[in-house]
Amino acid sequence: MEKNFKDGESSKVPPSEGFREAYTLHLADDALVLGHRNSEWCAHGPVLEQDIAITNIALDLIGQARNFYQYAAQLINGFKKAESSRASLLERGFEAEASEDSLAYLRDRHEFKNCLLTEQPNGDWAKTILRQFFFSVYQYFLYEKLQVSKDHQLAAIAEKSLKEVTYHLRWSSEWVIRLGDGTEESHQRMLRAIEELWLYTGELFEAAGYEQHAAKEDLGVDPSSLKPKWEEKVKEIFSEATLPYPNKVPMEGGGKKGDHTEHLSSILADLQFMQRTYPNSEW
Amino acid sequence: MTKDQINKETVYKYLEHVNDPEVPVLNVIDLGIVRDVVLLDEDEVEVTITPTYSGCPAMDVITINIRMVLLAHGFKNIKITQKLSPAWTTDWMSEEGKQKLKDYGIAPPTPKQQVCNEKLFAEEAIQCPHCNSWHTHRVSEFGSTACKALYVCDDCKEPFDFFKCH
Repeated sequence: MEKNFKDGESSKVPPSEGFREAYTLHLADDALVLGHRNSEWCAHGPVLEQDIAITNIALDLIGQARNFYQYAAQLINGFKKAESSRASLLERGFEAEASEDSLAYLRDRHEFKNCLLTEQPNGDWAKTILRQFFFSVYQYFLYEKLQVSKDHQLAAIAEKSLKEVTYHLRWSSEWVIRLGDGTEESHQRMLRAIEELWLYTGELFEAAGYEQHAAKEDLGVDPSSLKPKWEEKVKEIFSEATLPYPNKVPMEGGGKKGDHTEHLSSILADLQFMQRTYPNSEW
Repeated sequence: MTKDQINKETVYKYLEHVNDPEVPVLNVIDLGIVRDVVLLDEDEVEVTITPTYSGCPAMDVITINIRMVLLAHGFKNIKITQKLSPAWTTDWMSEEGKQKLKDYGIAPPTPKQQVCNEKLFAEEAIQCPHCNSWHTHRVSEFGSTACKALYVCDDCKEPFDFFKCH
């Protein structure tokens, strides 16, 4: 299938910069890695309806990742043609041309640009819910702004995805409240989940170089600008859920630049095994 | 086949034979996912479609089926383009499609009462497609496919799918 990637104005930006590819890959990686994590719940959910819910969310995220990867592949292939001798992220030599599959299945750990939050293990249901909630609040405000990006394809993907994320946000907010303001046991589990995940939330708002560059060109969003709204929403839901809003400064980061926790390795081992072992296999 | 005999309308008619593999009672025209048809030559056509959801696995099958139907009608050069913006909405579903859904046992989207925002715990009144009662409640906002939510009727006790607002 051919996709419509006319992006008008954005083509004014010189292709040699490479930040647009990196920014698009970052958006794709966040969605893929969290989508993969959620998909691990398939057939293991606490009840059938919620098993279906979390796997639907996984499917939405993987769909969004596909759209971003397809666009990234198109940018990279154009970029490669323009500057075939240039090094950096393209040096690794995707077969002939980059594709959504080569970008997902054949990049190494340090090339992934997802936030550390998305790769954290599922833990119990409380931890999975909280991870989704933290990320959905972020993604909701991010896509809201990205919809008006000067890059028409990024804007179109954001516009499409925002509708899906609205459901994710509503669902995960309701679950945070249900568990936080539930039983003693569920409350304790939410407190533990906050303890385990809070330190990874700061990275969402710290702009990597490509994000700064993309924001400067009005192609992307400066994530630090999303922080006040994120905090407000999380405080609102936590208060409803009778959960304390942490006053600690979240300090873990590096994922956006390719410095990952060991958890990403196990995700990639699982995700990439088939293509690494049987290159170009299809079914 | 010549250009005089075939026009856009004819192609739209052909496409009514392409069904959604996941909700087989609806065709792609009912769903509102065909956004444009351009006849480029007597055997050349471009069809623009938009996905209902980003991860909808039916899109690939739908693309293949559109190609098959058009091939069967003599088109040789078929270009199928996917376009994301403007994003698909249930408002594009035909009235005929909504009726077909109801007859099939799926509550159709009801635009006026839709809860499309991030407001919490908002439950809208959805009519049971089996007994027409409004005494229903939501079991889960995610159903057997991305486009549906799961409800149950408090009167006839039947569970049913609701084609949710988007």
